[in-house]
Amino acid sequence: MSDKKPCKSPDNEVLSGESRREFLKKSTLLTAIALTPGVAVKAAEGQWDEKLAGVFEKMLLHVEVNGVKHSLMVEPRVTLLDLLREQLDLTGTKKGCDHGQCGACTVHVDGHRVNSCLTLGVMVNDKKITTIEGLAKGDQLHPMQEAFLKHDGFQCGYCTPGQIMSAVACIREGHANSEGEIREYMSGNICRCGAYPNIVNAIQEVKDGGQTV
Amino acid sequence: MKDSAINKEGLSRIDGRLKVTGAARYSAEYTPAGMVYGVLVGSTITKGSIRSIDTKAAEKAPGVLAVISHFNCPKIPGYQIASTEAGKPEPKGTYKLFYNNKILFNGQPIAVVVADTFERALFAATLVKAQYTSQAYQTSLKNNTASAFAAGENGESKRGTVAAWKTAPVKLEQEYVIPSEVHNPMELHSIIAHWDAEDKLTVWDKTQGVKDTQDGIANIFKIPKENIQVNSKFVGGAFGSALQVWPHEVAAIIAARVVKRPVKLMLGRADMFTSVGYRPHTWQKIGIGATEDGKLVGISHEAIGQTSTYEDFNEEPVSVSRSTYACPNVNTNYKLTALDIGSPTWMRGPGEATGAFALESALDELSYALNIDPIELRLKNYAETDPESGKPFSSKYLNEAYKMGADHIGWTDRSPKPASVTKDGWLIGYGMGGGMFGAYRDQATCRAVMIADGTLLLQTAVSDIGPGTGTAMVSIAAEIMDIPAGKIRFEMGDSSLPYAPSQGGSSITATVGSAVNDACKELKEKFSQLAGNTETPDYTKILKDHNLSKLEVTTASKGGDNMNKYAMYSWSVHFVKVCVHPTTGVVKVDKVVCVADSGHIVSPKTARSQIVGGAIGGIGMALMEEVIIDHRYGKLVNNNFADYHIPVNADIPQIEALFINKPDPYINPMGAKGMGEIALIGMAGAVANAVYNATGKRIRQLPITPDKLIGINQSAMVNGS
Ligand code: FES
Ligand code: FES
Repeated sequence: MSDKKPCKSPDNEVLSGESRREFLKKSTLLTAIALTPGVAVKAAEGQWDEKLAGVFEKMLLHVEVNGVKHSLMVEPRVTLLDLLREQLDLTGTKKGCDHGQCGACTVHVDGHRVNSCLTLGVMVNDKKITTIEGLAKGDQLHPMQEAFLKHDGFQCGYCTPGQIMSAVACIREGHANSEGEIREYMSGNICRCGAYPNIVNAIQEVKDGGQTV
Repeated sequence: MKDSAINKEGLSRIDGRLKVTGAARYSAEYTPAGMVYGVLVGSTITKGSIRSIDTKAAEKAPGVLAVISHFNCPKIPGYQIASTEAGKPEPKGTYKLFYNNKILFNGQPIAVVVADTFERALFAATLVKAQYTSQAYQTSLKNNTASAFAAGENGESKRGTVAAWKTAPVKLEQEYVIPSEVHNPMELHSIIAHWDAEDKLTVWDKTQGVKDTQDGIANIFKIPKENIQVNSKFVGGAFGSALQVWPHEVAAIIAARVVKRPVKLMLGRADMFTSVGYRPHTWQKIGIGATEDGKLVGISHEAIGQTSTYEDFNEEPVSVSRSTYACPNVNTNYKLTALDIGSPTWMRGPGEATGAFALESALDELSYALNIDPIELRLKNYAETDPESGKPFSSKYLNEAYKMGADHIGWTDRSPKPASVTKDGWLIGYGMGGGMFGAYRDQATCRAVMIADGTLLLQTAVSDIGPGTGTAMVSIAAEIMDIPAGKIRFEMGDSSLPYAPSQGGSSITATVGSAVNDACKELKEKFSQLAGNTETPDYTKILKDHNLSKLEVTTASKGGDNMNKYAMYSWSVHFVKVCVHPTTGVVKVDKVVCVADSGHIVSPKTARSQIVGGAIGGIGMALMEEVIIDHRYGKLVNNNFADYHIPVNADIPQIEALFINKPDPYINPMGAKGMGEIALIGMAGAVANAVYNATGKRIRQLPITPDKLIGINQSAMVNGS
């Protein structure tokens, strides 16, 4: 199917529309082991139980990222952040702490900003994700990206994708009505390079420009 | 033809589009085929030795490829050389990973687990269990100052009479303390290591200098440096934390060798507090004395900084007292205390930032004792020549900077009487503080290639940790070649390119900028010769006329004799207005003006951001940053962003960054001096001085957290001092 993008990890089967149960039923190896205790013991000795667990422990996830639909088998412990970065090669979303303390990993889930490091991949089943890579329309940058360029709203650029995703949401939420309000509602996004005043100026310009974000 | 944007506003970042679209790839964001993941296991004790490590459960866990510790680590050739004759202690030096069973600090990496996914490696790392023999340890600087030893050869210095300040009519002596602070760039330190062959290595690494990293790895693994390819195209901040090869880099390189696959290793945020250095906790004492009319008689400046037991880290915080002001008698003394903690390292404004907090606070205290305005006091002791060497300055316009900053902050609104101004229930205060840092020009080489389509390609191995090096270099080249910036491609962050030093010590614009300048001039000259005239050449036409696909030069450039003839420094002065809440002690920074005297500004737009960023780093240092160690366990307790506070957007007002923008005639062809360090140096003192002006309470121990100001309500209201 044209809208399916195979993921890179060899451990992740790309399935189309199957339930997890159906997937498991189809695995003849699993069925055979389940029916044959001797084999199961052998498998356990050869650490096959762990390998099997590895398969059992994966869940089917349907998710749309930047307009592309994906169906993947993922371990429930995989965060949305690592799913994006390590499995879908969308490295624009950054890891700054992995603990919900810095905002570098901010993405939009169904239009709302979330810390993707605090979100498990399996929690976004059937949801639409937008990452920094999905913000521009082809070559045409999103007004917030343009404003960050114009106001030099960054130095190293590592916090920038998170700042921009947060900034867009900040305006959409109606939390960009004054400089003070912007500062407050952008305080979940740390910038160690200290681009804050420029970030505020960029957001104010977009807000005052009245473009749809 | 000229890009008019360059001269007025300055260029927008040449790599900005890549950064705002998420297309810029940092070190952990490459995917060589077959890549697997490494996760470190840290020591849970602070000092002692490892008796055993049980790795069975981890090795059995799904996806695990290897668990490597000192028990099974392949010999690292560079480590063996250092071992000396039997019986003698090993010479001090950088920490050696998986070298023996000794534990030297809490969190020290004792093993690396490699697995096929990050999650599997992370989980398996929790299954590694070590048995230790613990020893008594010392992690408190305060309790161990008695064991301090002289810091290197320059530990002690004197000019004029020792302790002359004591004879002055107006004098004071105070202690100033800064806690350890951690760089904490937003990008976690990370590396992908891949052995292309037995003695050939490629790394994608977070580093401030690809050439130094190449040298460092070559020294540790004893392979020819030409066989090591270091890539560092984008660096997500560093501030000094990526100036050396750290243990996690060695771990990934070893792991890749063992599993014979590329290994990615990204530190967690908690590791960033223990594994890649920090600004050392330092105690200082300043004695300062002046005549009644404010002429300095003498300064005595002592410091004791912490270091690790295995390495002496020396950053000379006391040097500021020798060079900042004209003062006939200055004696300094700098010592180190070795603690059972990881080594500190250079952090933005190393040494000077620590020293300037003490010196600028002491100057401020003296100004109140003398009843002289703090700016006037500095002007009365203005150094016209370098007090330390006696040499003339290559350029110094600091007096103009004082005036410019004072005008912009509204210094006339400052009351000389502390705790005397309130507005809307907040105490208002103004403070200022200055910084200085040596301006250096190192050596670098640039290749400049003019291609037939009119594109100018510039290549040099520098890294950019954020200030916008490429943008500054393109600005320089556009000016000389007289072509639009859009026609210039700047390539860097790759060890196969011509030599450039590490990005540190505020020297890159002066150094690499000079190489770009020289290469462009040479290339232009070559075109002029071809064309037979000296007017601005039409590059594409000349190439076509001579049937050439390109014309190139590779130019090495370094500073000349001027560096010996003149004392070269950049200066900054920071002005701060604060509001302090009298009941809660909360400090709000309300307004900031920074003025930099750093020569000609080649890239104004990025330069402003650099100053603003440094000022914000200084506000963090002043008001919130502090490593807290629980000395009962020798363990760092606030190793995350919830507990180690750095400024967020709500903490920061608009910041005015101003430049004197007068070229230094001697340092380099552009007349540009550095500004990365001076952006931060002096800021902490400025904030502390503003807090004193607002509250009448002098905080000499950073950070100035509300608990230290609680109670000002009464004192401020009752006696106003
Ligand atoms: S990485 Fe998610 S908040 Fe820091
Ligand atoms: S731009 Fe470097 S952390 Fe924000």
